Amino acid sequence: MTQIEIYLLAGAAMFCIGLYGLVVRPHLLHKVMGLNVMAVAVFLVLVSVARRVPGPTPDALPHAMVLTGIVVSVAATAYSLALIKRIYTETGAVTLQETDDDA
Amino acid sequence: MLDLIQPQLPAITLAVLLFAASAAFLVRFERARAIALVAAGVQVVLVSWITWIVVGQDRVWVYTIGGWGAPLGIDLTIDGVSAVMMLLTAVVGCVVTVYSAGYFPPKDSYRLFWSLWLFLWAALFALFASNDIFNLYVCLELLTISAVGLVAISGERAALFAGMRYILSALAGSLIYLFGVALVYASTGVLDFDLLATQVSIDPTTQAGLALMVIGLLLKTALFPMHFWLPPAHANAVAPVSAVLSALVVKGSFYIIFKLMHVFTGHEMIPGLAELMGILGVCAIIWGSVQAFTQKRLKMMVAYSTVAQIGYLFLLFPLVAAADDIQTAVLAASAGLFHAVSHGLAKGAMFLTAGTIVKAVGSDRLEDMAGLSRLAPIPAFTFAIAGVSMVGLPPSGGFVSKWLYVSSAIETGAWWWAGAVVVGGLLAALYIFKVIALFMGSGKEPLQVGVSNRVITIAPLVLALMSLVIGVFGQPILDLLYPAVESLTAGMMR
Repeated sequence: MTQIEIYLLAGAAMFCIGLYGLVVRPHLLHKVMGLNVMAVAVFLVLVSVARRVPGPTPDALPHAMVLTGIVVSVAATAYSLALIKRIYTETGAVTLQETDDDA
Repeated sequence: MLDLIQPQLPAITLAVLLFAASAAFLVRFERARAIALVAAGVQVVLVSWITWIVVGQDRVWVYTIGGWGAPLGIDLTIDGVSAVMMLLTAVVGCVVTVYSAGYFPPKDSYRLFWSLWLFLWAALFALFASNDIFNLYVCLELLTISAVGLVAISGERAALFAGMRYILSALAGSLIYLFGVALVYASTGVLDFDLLATQVSIDPTTQAGLALMVIGLLLKTALFPMHFWLPPAHANAVAPVSAVLSALVVKGSFYIIFKLMHVFTGHEMIPGLAELMGILGVCAIIWGSVQAFTQKRLKMMVAYSTVAQIGYLFLLFPLVAAADDIQTAVLAASAGLFHAVSHGLAKGAMFLTAGTIVKAVGSDRLEDMAGLSRLAPIPAFTFAIAGVSMVGLPPSGGFVSKWLYVSSAIETGAWWWAGAVVVGGLLAALYIFKVIALFMGSGKEPLQVGVSNRVITIAPLVLALMSLVIGVFGQPILDLLYPAVESLTAGMMR
């Protein structure tokens, strides 16, 4: 197993951990953290993919994708947190299960 | 002057939207509304112009931003299919903008609607013009963030929860898609669709990449059984937002799946993928229709009808895969894309008019709407016309797309898909006619007074009539689709 493959597998494992957290944890903050773990996992995969070219310099394009991805992820996280805060101040709820009476 | 503008049209069209969205963010409600109305009018003109050029020169228009070009730079690529989707966006968008101008009370709490809506529009335009799997990721995220903002804009409890559920599933979908992009890039080293088409080979990494991209997009398109987030988000948003989400936003991720299946020759890459999507589509039609029938709230019913109608879009893939010759494949693909257009117009009309009805009745409960046709005849009539297209009765756009589906199913010999189309039509008739019968019937002394606002009464009617008009005069749309679809479907057949 090469070094890149170890990193790739670590990325895939992290992605699954994040997805598990997103699906299983009821608390909204945990769900957003799960999404963040998933995002970082994808970035790890991209950075490892960048090393697949022979020679000392890695491929720059995946790095650019990671930078763009970080910007998107920051914006999405900030937005989710603002929404959670609003939900908490309006209703006092921190999970989605507390919505059942709306249906 | 025109000669100077024309080569830059795709960039100008996008820039107009982005500029208007930023400007609308800075000013008060009335100004923002004026900016949006002007931008919507300009969009219709510019997109029609783009379409006219694409048709007239019979080509794919590639615009390289800053002159960099693929693989480094960003290209805007407009072919017949994207031109049709852009036209749909412009038409529905223009009507929604006019409707919103009459719908929202001029309060600054709704000020941000205009900015978010224009950003969403810009994201859709960029999405339909993108030709690169990573750019599409960025477009999807722009679309998600503005769409979630719009869902939550009323600040009501149900809308906030629906927006939260929406953003969690949408971001998960985007990240699954991005994981797929990373894997595809690892095995091919390119992102651009045209380069991918030449580089792609069947190997485990690419297969896993395509599978992840498709799963992420199915989650975003809300195909059964990944539709759980859609009904609350679409039903609890304010009416213009529901219309945009159902008519346009779900079509965005569907359009990407369509392009992916072409570029990756998806049927060979992952055997059975096309049939799986078709079967899920059939399940969506049945489940969505049954759920729509049992709903007690009007907007919830319309939202479940969207779940069902999304199912029809996915019948495209097994039918194209089963086609023996290119004509049949083109027929099947055109049926799916035409359905996207006719559903966009009809569902846009239905959600807008549902908003008008809810305003008139003062409640979203179906039982409060009995006898509506006497108090608010035009909204009830609009609902019926849009319903005709949803059921697929002639002469409506929905009829044309179902007709094309049935013909291609019979020509390929895969007639059982035609059965799904017919059963879906019958089920749609059940839930639509149930509501219409309720409107026509007599109710207990109901309701608030009818609708006084003429804009929100007439705007949905215009859209509903358009869904009829394309049933009778749909040929230009098909003419626009055919050449583009012909080159796209070649890669999707077995």
